[in-house]
Amino acid sequence: MIRPEEIKMSAEETGKWGMVINQDICTGCQACVAACAMENNVTFVGEEDSGYGRSMHWIRIERFWEGEYPEVKMTPNQPMLCQQCGSAPCEPVCPAFATVHSTAESLNLQVYNRCVGTRYCANNCPYQVRSFNWRDYERPEPLPNQFNPDVTVRRRGVMEKCTFCIQRIHKAQDKAKSEGREVADGEFTTACAQACPANAIVFGRVDNPQSLVSQLAHKGHGVKHLEELGTLPNVTYFKGG
Amino acid sequence: MADHKHDAGHAHSEEHFREKHLMLDPLPRGVMNDMVMESMTGKPTWKFWTVVIVLSAIVAYGLVYTWAKMIAEGIGIAGVNRPSYWGIFLVNTVFWIGISHAGTFISAILRVFKAEFRRPFTRAAELMTTFGLVQAGFSVFMHMGRVWLSYWLFPYPNQRMLWPNLHSPLTWDLLAITTYLLSSTMYLFLPLIPDVAMARDRSTGWRKSLYKVLALGFRGTEGEWAHLRNAMNIFAFAIIPVMFSVHTIVSWDFAAATRPGWSSTIFGPYFIVGALHSGMGAAVVVLAVIRSNMKHMNYFIRGEHFDAIGKLMLIISMAWAYFFFNDYMVQWYGGDKWTKQLLHFHEAGPLGWMWFGMLICNIVIPWAILWNAKWRATPWLVSTVGLIINVGMWFERYIIVPISLTINRMPFTWRMYNPGAEIPLGIGTLALFILLYVLASKVIPLIPVWEVQEGQMAHELKKFGRETVVSVSELE
Repeated sequence: MIRPEEIKMSAEETGKWGMVINQDICTGCQACVAACAMENNVTFVGEEDSGYGRSMHWIRIERFWEGEYPEVKMTPNQPMLCQQCGSAPCEPVCPAFATVHSTAESLNLQVYNRCVGTRYCANNCPYQVRSFNWRDYERPEPLPNQFNPDVTVRRRGVMEKCTFCIQRIHKAQDKAKSEGREVADGEFTTACAQACPANAIVFGRVDNPQSLVSQLAHKGHGVKHLEELGTLPNVTYFKGG
Repeated sequence: MADHKHDAGHAHSEEHFREKHLMLDPLPRGVMNDMVMESMTGKPTWKFWTVVIVLSAIVAYGLVYTWAKMIAEGIGIAGVNRPSYWGIFLVNTVFWIGISHAGTFISAILRVFKAEFRRPFTRAAELMTTFGLVQAGFSVFMHMGRVWLSYWLFPYPNQRMLWPNLHSPLTWDLLAITTYLLSSTMYLFLPLIPDVAMARDRSTGWRKSLYKVLALGFRGTEGEWAHLRNAMNIFAFAIIPVMFSVHTIVSWDFAAATRPGWSSTIFGPYFIVGALHSGMGAAVVVLAVIRSNMKHMNYFIRGEHFDAIGKLMLIISMAWAYFFFNDYMVQWYGGDKWTKQLLHFHEAGPLGWMWFGMLICNIVIPWAILWNAKWRATPWLVSTVGLIINVGMWFERYIIVPISLTINRMPFTWRMYNPGAEIPLGIGTLALFILLYVLASKVIPLIPVWEVQEGQMAHELKKFGRETVVSVSELE
C-alpha cells in the first residue's frame, strides 16, 4: 500500500496554480460569468449567435436535471472553465504554436496574435471550454469604456480561453517581487472567485501544501473531470460532500 | 514496329475483338493524332460557352464573393459553432482529396502493374487529381479564421525563429498535401510531354507558342524517350507511397484527436479505401461526360473501360464495407459510453437518414449493379453508380466531421450544426473543378495518344487454325 505522501509527482503533474469549485454551494447566479467577461474583455455575441452555440464565455454554469418534466430534479450547477491541464490535448494539435504551455506558470497559454484560427484546439478540448471569435462583434458605446487595459482585445478568427486571470497573477508577482517577498496565499484571486457570493470558487497555489486551495483539494472527496483521459487537470470539484 | 495489315475477309470473332477492344482496333498514327487534335481545337459550340459562363458565374458568387465576404466578416457567416468547430469545410477537404486519389491509382498503380485498359484514360484521371487537390486546398484554407496569416503554417525563415508545430497533425497534413500536389502535377506533366510535342507540330498561333514551351523541345529521339521513361518509372513508383501516406495523414487529423468516434486506429486504411471508392466513382463520371460530349471519344473510351473500372469499383466497395464494419465493430465493442452515445446518434439521430443513405449508396447500389458484366459495360449506368457512390462518400465524411463533433464528453455543449456559407462555397469549389476541367479539355490532350499507340503496337490478333488469339509483346 502506497501512502499518498509517498507518491512523487512531477512539477507538471502537480501544477502550480489551481482551483477548487464547490458545486454544493454554487447557486448558479452567473456572477463569475459576468465578472470574467468584465475582467478579460470577453465579447458579447448577441442573442442570435448565442442561441446557436457561439456564446463566448471563458467560464460557464452548466445546469443539468434528472427525470422527465414535470418530475424534474435539478442536480448541482457545474461551473466549467479551462482546467489548465498539465498535459493538455489542445496544445500539441495547434500547427502554429498559438496554444502553448507556460513552464513558468504551469498554465495553458493562448497566444492571440499567433492564432490562425484552425480551431483544432477547440475540437480536441475534452472540456469544450474554448471560445472562438466567429465575427468582430459590436461593442456599442459606452461599453468600450470598461475595457480592462491589462488584457488584449481579440479580433475575429482567433481562439481564446480562460487564462486563470494571468494578468492578476503577474501583477501580484511583480508587487511581491518589488517588496522582496513571495506572493502570499489569498493575496489576490481570479475574477470569478472574487465575484462568487457563495465563495464556491477558491484559487491559489496547488504546489504549496499550506495554501487554502491545496488543503481543500486534498480533503478527499474532490473530483477532477475526465481525469481518465490523462489530461492532469488543475481544477478540483466537490459535489455531494 | 508493327503496322499490321489484316485480311479483308476476317472472321466474325476478329471483328468482334476489334469492336470491343481499343488495343486491337488500331488506326494509322496520323489519323489518331488528328482525331485528338480535333477534339481539342474544334471551334467551341454555344453549348460550351454556356457551360463556361454558368460555371464562371457560380465560381464568382460561390467562391470569390462568398469567401471574400467571409474573410471580411468572419467565419460567423458559415454554420460552424461549438461543438462543431469543423463543418462542411473539412468534409469537402477530405472529399476532394479522396477524388484526387483515383488519378494516381489509375495512372500509377495500373501503370506499374501494366494493366492495358488504363491506356486511354490515364490523363483524364491525372487531371482529376490535380484539379481535385486545388479544391481541397481551397476548402481547407477557407475554413481558417485568419487565412491571411496562413503562411505561418509554412517553415519560412523569420526573425523570431518560429517554426510550424511539427507535433500537429495539421502540419503533417499540410506537408503531405503539398508534396502530393507537387508530385502529382509533375506526374501529370511527364506523360504529357510527347502529346504536347505532337500538338506543337500540328498547331499554329498561340497554341503553337504554348505547346512549344510545354513540350520542352521534345523531338522523340531515342535518348529523349529513354530519359522520359526513366522519369515516369521513378514517379510512378514513388507516387504510390505518397498517395497512401496522404490520406492516412488526413485521417490522422481525426484519429490523433481525443474524441469519441475519431480516435480509431483503423482510420488510415479506412480513409484510403474511402478515397479510392469516391475517386473511382468520380473517374467514371468524368469519362462518361468526356465520351458523350467530345469528338471522337467514342473511339478511345469504350464499354471495356467502363467494365474494367466497374470491376475495380465493386472490389473497392467490398473493401470499404469491410473497413466500415471493422471501424464500427471495434468502436462499439470498446464500450466507451461516449462512443456508444455517438454511434447511436449516427443511426438514430436527426440525421440518421444520412447514415443509412451512406450504406445504401456505398454498398447496396454498387453491389446490386456492378456484378453484371453487361451492365458494367453500359457507360450511363456505371457513371450513375459512380455519382451515387460520391454522394454516399460525401455523407460518410459528413457523418465523421460535423455529426461526430455534435457529441462530445460535455453534454451541456451538444448542439446541431446547420451549414451556412459552406453551401455556396462548396458549390463554388465543385463548379471550379468542372470549369478547370472544361477549359483544360480545350488546351490539354485528354487522351495520351502515344500511350494508346504504344499499346496498339504491342497487341496483335493472330490466327491459329480457326481460332483468333490476342497476342501481346512485352514493351521496352
